[in-house]
Amino acid sequence: MELSLADRTVAGHTVLEVGGEVDVYTAPRLRERLIELVDAGARDVVVDLERVEFLDSTGLGVLVGALKRLRTAHGTFGLVCAKEPLLKIFRITALDQVFPIFPTVEAATERDGSGPAS
Amino acid sequence: MATVRLSFSPAPVHVRTARLVGVAVARRAGVAEELLDEVRLAIGEACTRAVTLHRQYGLTELVTVEMSDSDSYTVRVIDHAPIEASVGLTKLPPDELADESLTDDALTTGVGFALLAGFVDDLQVRPVDDGTGTEVRMVWPVTRR
Repeated sequence: MELSLADRTVAGHTVLEVGGEVDVYTAPRLRERLIELVDAGARDVVVDLERVEFLDSTGLGVLVGALKRLRTAHGTFGLVCAKEPLLKIFRITALDQVFPIFPTVEAATERDGSGPAS
Repeated sequence: MATVRLSFSPAPVHVRTARLVGVAVARRAGVAEELLDEVRLAIGEACTRAVTLHRQYGLTELVTVEMSDSDSYTVRVIDHAPIEASVGLTKLPPDELADESLTDDALTTGVGFALLAGFVDDLQVRPVDDGTGTEVRMVWPVTRR
């Protein structure tokens, strides 16, 4: 399935819902959208991966890039992911120690958005 | 021994095709259903690595994926980039992943190798027998029906 991207605002956070396959072909579009959101002023960003069917190292690289960009901008960055196959990817790469990962959008947007990206 | 060979120009759009074919052949070969997600990811990572190297070196030669199902399901992904490029295949320690100075490309390469090593028990990366290039060889067990 092709990549789909849709953003909305939830409790003061910009939530980017990603669907389909994030790979070496589609990841540049995800990178561009995340850069556009930050350039447009988004500082508390949550990427919802619940509808992602495939995620590879290129997609992970884009997410780390967004985390760094928001750190620099004194924002926050979190992921929503409850699917075991995707969570295993984060564990194997040790990126579960780098990203705050939440089971739901509600949990991701409940936290205090004033802290630094972690 | 049934063998499927797929060659594609080094463009990101074709990596998805390689994944689809690789999983279809794996399923047909008798690889356990619960391993297919890992097969899909590993073939994708190996092909992404090959495509990235070809693009870095401006190579237009085809990337080749060979799938065979003799006693096990063996996938070989063959590129034609200079061997020294494979030095980039190093696993990054976790505390370096979010390092500010690490470039996105370096991070993606490191993460890609971590995924290959993490998902493939039987993984070999070695120079090709003829000419320039590297072969990433991955093997999964099959159960005959």
